[in-house]
Amino acid sequence: MIKLTNVTREYPRRGKALDDVSFHVRKGEFAFLTGHSGSGKSTTMRLIHMAERPTSGEVRVSGFSSQLTSQREIWKLRRRVGYIFQDFQLLPGRTAQENVAFALEVTGTPRNQILPRAGRLLSQVGLAAKTGAIVEELSGGEQQRVATARALVNEPLVLLADEPTGNLDERASRGMMDLFRDLNARGMAILMATHDLELVRAFPETRVLELVEGKLVYDSAGAEGAT
Amino acid sequence: MYAIREALSGMQRAPFLTLLSSAMVALALFVVGLFSVVTYNLHQALTRIEERVEIVAYLRDGTPLEDAFALEDRLMGLEEVRATRFISKEDALAAARADLPEFHEIFSGLEVNPLPASIEVEIHPEFRNSESVARVAGVLSVYPEVEDVAYGQEWVDRLFLLRRIGAIATAVLGGAFAVVAALIIGTAIRIAIFARREEIHIMRLVGATNGFIRRPFLIEGLLTGFLGGAMAVALTWGAFQGVHRMVFALDWIPTEWVLLGLGSGGLFGLVASGLAVRRHLREV
Repeated sequence: MIKLTNVTREYPRRGKALDDVSFHVRKGEFAFLTGHSGSGKSTTMRLIHMAERPTSGEVRVSGFSSQLTSQREIWKLRRRVGYIFQDFQLLPGRTAQENVAFALEVTGTPRNQILPRAGRLLSQVGLAAKTGAIVEELSGGEQQRVATARALVNEPLVLLADEPTGNLDERASRGMMDLFRDLNARGMAILMATHDLELVRAFPETRVLELVEGKLVYDSAGAEGAT
Repeated sequence: MYAIREALSGMQRAPFLTLLSSAMVALALFVVGLFSVVTYNLHQALTRIEERVEIVAYLRDGTPLEDAFALEDRLMGLEEVRATRFISKEDALAAARADLPEFHEIFSGLEVNPLPASIEVEIHPEFRNSESVARVAGVLSVYPEVEDVAYGQEWVDRLFLLRRIGAIATAVLGGAFAVVAALIIGTAIRIAIFARREEIHIMRLVGATNGFIRRPFLIEGLLTGFLGGAMAVALTWGAFQGVHRMVFALDWIPTEWVLLGLGSGGLFGLVASGLAVRRHLREV
């Protein structure tokens, strides 16, 4: 599903954000991507979403290779990969429901299905009462949940979640994790970037990938997973 | 359908920005509009003067009437000639008396009519240039019935030179105004779209195709341009009315020009939007 092979990402000023990273997250697998701020978690996520391309190496996601997929075709990949952005990336000036609905509009979902589906997802993330609120009026945690609903509304095969519990209180956090585990149990591959080690420890059976200064220093799946 | 809905709600969400871009389009096209009114009126004035360009062939005394008419028929055979008018000696004298009252006494004391009969030749508008006028005059002077040909060569040459200078100045200045207007419109729309580049990025991130993202922006650009064009027409009309009523009489520009102004407002808006969006589509 997600395969990084000797991926290096170098910026002109900052230098190497990722250095020769390889790992493979298989279909239906759930993995945490951990590390301190600046360790390269978000860069990894952006590379998987092909918002950036590796300086060297290859990223393969759901059959799309970073070396072969053109900017024009990137939408095909993005429709298969749900992404909960750390900074939410919600369309400003629009309601929670419109934001979720937009992800359905782009895929050409029949109009009469769009609003009911968007509403259903919002209630799944506990925002049923706020569907009509403009996103700027929502709290950080609520915006995060809108972003989650949007990422899931097209039933993607892969979910990338960048600090999806960062703005949530403990209870909401747990709710979110339950939702992820449920989705994962139904076959969705999930890669979740987080610096919250307590959260990671709460799920000891889940695979952990740890980045330190752009290098993959630990993979709980061992050598097999790191290939 | 989605694109139209999205374009309209986009304009509703940021009415100030929409109005601001339209106002900039309007001001840019207003300058072009004023220039058009001035140009059109100068053009009309020149045309009115040119309509008075005619060739007069003075006939020898004693030329029989039928020979004069035959000459008229032959002249009508020339492609440059639109109409001819025979002026008899008597008509000439009557006209001279009417036109030149200060010489009334001289004319009334005459025993013989000194004025010659003549044929006035009117030239087709498309042949109103020095070469064609000179050519027709040359043809006329060959006929034995014709004693002299007059067409005010010097002022005709000057008039047509003025026309040529006018046409070149219009093309150069008009072109420059149009380019400046296009640049201003382009910048205004680019700023408006720059303010919404995040939106474009987000749309790309959630899997929208470039066409899907672009279409509402193109429609918005088109509408903003049209709106600006309409405002420019209103401003130009206001300025025209002001001058027309208070300073001197002017002609309003033809409807096709107005439509052209509106159309180019829309087109500029459309193209500027397309270019601006394209830049941001490449970013993520």
